[in-house]
Order: sequence, then structure tokens, then C-alpha cells
Amino acid sequence: MHNPFRTEEEAFKFVWLTILYSALIVAGSFINVWVGLGVFVAETALIAWWVFARGRRERPIPHAPPPHPEGERRILVVANETVGGGALLDEIRRRSEGVNEHVLVVVPALNSPLRTWTSDEDGAREAAQQRLEASLSSMRAFGIEARGEVGDSDPLQAIEDAMRTFAPDELIISTHPPERSHWLERGVVAGARERFALPVTHVVVDLQNPN
Amino acid sequence: MSAAAEAHGHGPAHGPGDANLHPPPIHYSSRIAPTIVGIFLFIGSEIMLFGSFFTVYFFDRVVNNTHPWPPVGPNGVQFERPWFVALVNTCILVTSSFTMHWATVSVKRNNRAGLQAGMVLTILLGLTFLLTQVIEYHRLGYNTADTSFAATFFGLTGLHGCHVFIGLVILTVMCIRAFRGHFSPEHHHGIEVGGIYWHFVDVMWIVVYVTVYIL
Repeated sequence: MHNPFRTEEEAFKFVWLTILYSALIVAGSFINVWVGLGVFVAETALIAWWVFARGRRERPIPHAPPPHPEGERRILVVANETVGGGALLDEIRRRSEGVNEHVLVVVPALNSPLRTWTSDEDGAREAAQQRLEASLSSMRAFGIEARGEVGDSDPLQAIEDAMRTFAPDELIISTHPPERSHWLERGVVAGARERFALPVTHVVVDLQNPN
Repeated sequence: MSAAAEAHGHGPAHGPGDANLHPPPIHYSSRIAPTIVGIFLFIGSEIMLFGSFFTVYFFDRVVNNTHPWPPVGPNGVQFERPWFVALVNTCILVTSSFTMHWATVSVKRNNRAGLQAGMVLTILLGLTFLLTQVIEYHRLGYNTADTSFAATFFGLTGLHGCHVFIGLVILTVMCIRAFRGHFSPEHHHGIEVGGIYWHFVDVMWIVVYVTVYIL
């Protein structure tokens, strides 16, 4: 939800919206009490709809990474359970050939909404950390040097957070196959393509059928 | 003794149990920055505070169900709601939002004279609002003990008056800082936060005015 008191300028605009909102109710009330009540209900419903619709649509401005030294390539890999999958490792190695690659692996600390809102994140972060460490070991065994971090429980937010500090040239998102992937169901890959101004590669890793 | 000392972090700073001697590092994402959570909590608590007063007001109005509203007082005369004076006061407060916004825009443009003038004008307008309200209280002819309507009327308008007073204290501090050369186009968080509070006070007054004086 958009906070109308985030800046002084927005709060100032909110004052005018409140005046308009109140003036319409008062005008309706002068006609009839029930008209005033109807205006109040209609306005409130309209605002509620607008706030929630805008809240879903609200996207940060897409940002491109700053220039790096010649020959350097920064690859941001976002994956959860599939981070150690062979298809993903192949893709990373293919993309790092012939360049001085820097790979950052971000594992979102997936959590239930209730636990997220109550800040009960310790278990989720611990589990994500264990998956990350196992994945980094797999990568090293595969000849890929990477570093990693645990990210936000929302994969898109985790990507955005990593982009601020890592400034990648490209993004690789690894998911389960479509029939088993929650991320695909939630539109994480499509959302990343819409939100971030950099090449996004989607890698499907089928852990149940590695071949 | 040893166990207690270690539990409080005074024990030796090495060994396998070190992780238990210190709190874990704080984790938070940019999605829920502490400042945003803070302002949300503040606004939430204010809405609940004003909401409780509005609930009492509407409860009283619905339960009494008297026509016309407001009801007749103990002396047989209908309570007066000085809507015109309050309207003038509303205009004063809305104007103070303008001057506050002017002060904020001025500091962003490195216009110190504009910042100082905006702050002084905002304080003067806020003081005018508060003084007008106090004078009006004296002129009304009824008090909090005269029926539940009077109690809720003074409760709501008085609660808002307290917020204006707190706002004026904040504005005065901001103004002193502005005259002492604080704030710049890059660093004016104090002005920004004070301005947000002042606009919030303005928004609440509009709701109070419409509810108590007009409807």
C-alpha cells in the first residue's frame, strides 16, 4: 500500500484530497442525509479500490546497472531449492566463459505471510542459509566461484535489494518446472522482466528428473 | 556467578558458545525500512486515537437521536456550533499548510529567506488558529459537564488543539534551527518530518470540522 505521508509533498497533496473528499460529502448532506451517506460510502469504496489496485501495480523505476571494467561480467543468480541443479550450473558456466565473471547467488528466505508479518524470520533465514551454503559448495565443485547471500522472502524484493549492492549485468532465475513452481505461478519471472532493465534468463531445473 | 556473567556477555569472548553471548544480527529488507514502519505506526496510533473519539461522538449522536442536532442544553437553549468561526479557522490552518509547503520547497531550492519566512508564517497561522479556538471556547457558554454532546465536542476539538500545540512546538524548534543556519537542500529531514506532521494535523482538523461543525 502506498503511504500518503511518505514525504512532505505527498502529505500536502493529501490535505487537498481530504478537502475534496469532505466537500463532496458535505454537498451531498445538504441535499439529503442519505445522499451524504451514499457519497461517503461511494468515495470510500473508490479510494479503497484505487489504493489496492495501485498498490498491486506500483513498481519501482527500472534501473540499469552502472558500467563495469572491460571484460568483467556480473551475474546475479536467484534460486531457492533449485540452486544446486545441474541445468542452472551449466547455464552459469556457459555464461561465464571468456569473461572475468562475478557471480552472486541470492536465496530468498521463503516464509509464510503470517510469519513474515510477525517478523518470525529466523527459521526461514536459517534454512535459506543452509541451502545457500550447500549450493555454493556444489558450484565450487563444478568450478564456479561464487559468493552468496540470503535475501528477502519476496523473490522480486530480494533481487531488487541485491541489485542495489551488486549491480549485475544479467539475472538468472532458476525455478522448478511450471507444474510445480510457485514462483512461476506468482509471476516472478515475468515480474522481473517487467521491473528490471537487464537481461533475464529463466532456467528450469527439474530436481525429480535431473536428466 | 560465572554462568550469570556469561549470560550477560561478561564472560570470556572466545570458545564454542560465543554465538549465544550476543544477539543475532538484525535482518531487515528495504521493503520495510524502519522509517516507513515508524511513520505507519505513528499514523496508525493517531487514527486509532482520533477514531476512538469519533466513535464516542457518533455513538452519542445515534443514541440520543435528537432532531435537530445538536441537542438542547440544560438551560433549554440549543447548543451552538460556531461553524463560521471554525470555517475561518479551517482556512487559516489550510493556509498554514501552504506556507509549510513553501518552506519545504524553499529549503530544497536553497532559498533560506523563503524557508525562514515560511516557518514564521506557519507558526503565526498556527498560533492564530489556537488562539481563535481558545477564545471561541470561552464564548460558547457551555462546558464539558453540560451533557454528553458538550463533552464529546470539547473532547474532539480539544484533542486536535493538543496536536496543534505539539505541532507548534515542533515548528518552533524547526524555525530556530532554520534561523541558526541549519538545513540545506541535501539535508532537511527535520523540515520534511515536521511538515508531514503539520499536514497530518491539518487533515485531522478537516475531518473534525466536517464531522462536528457541519454534519
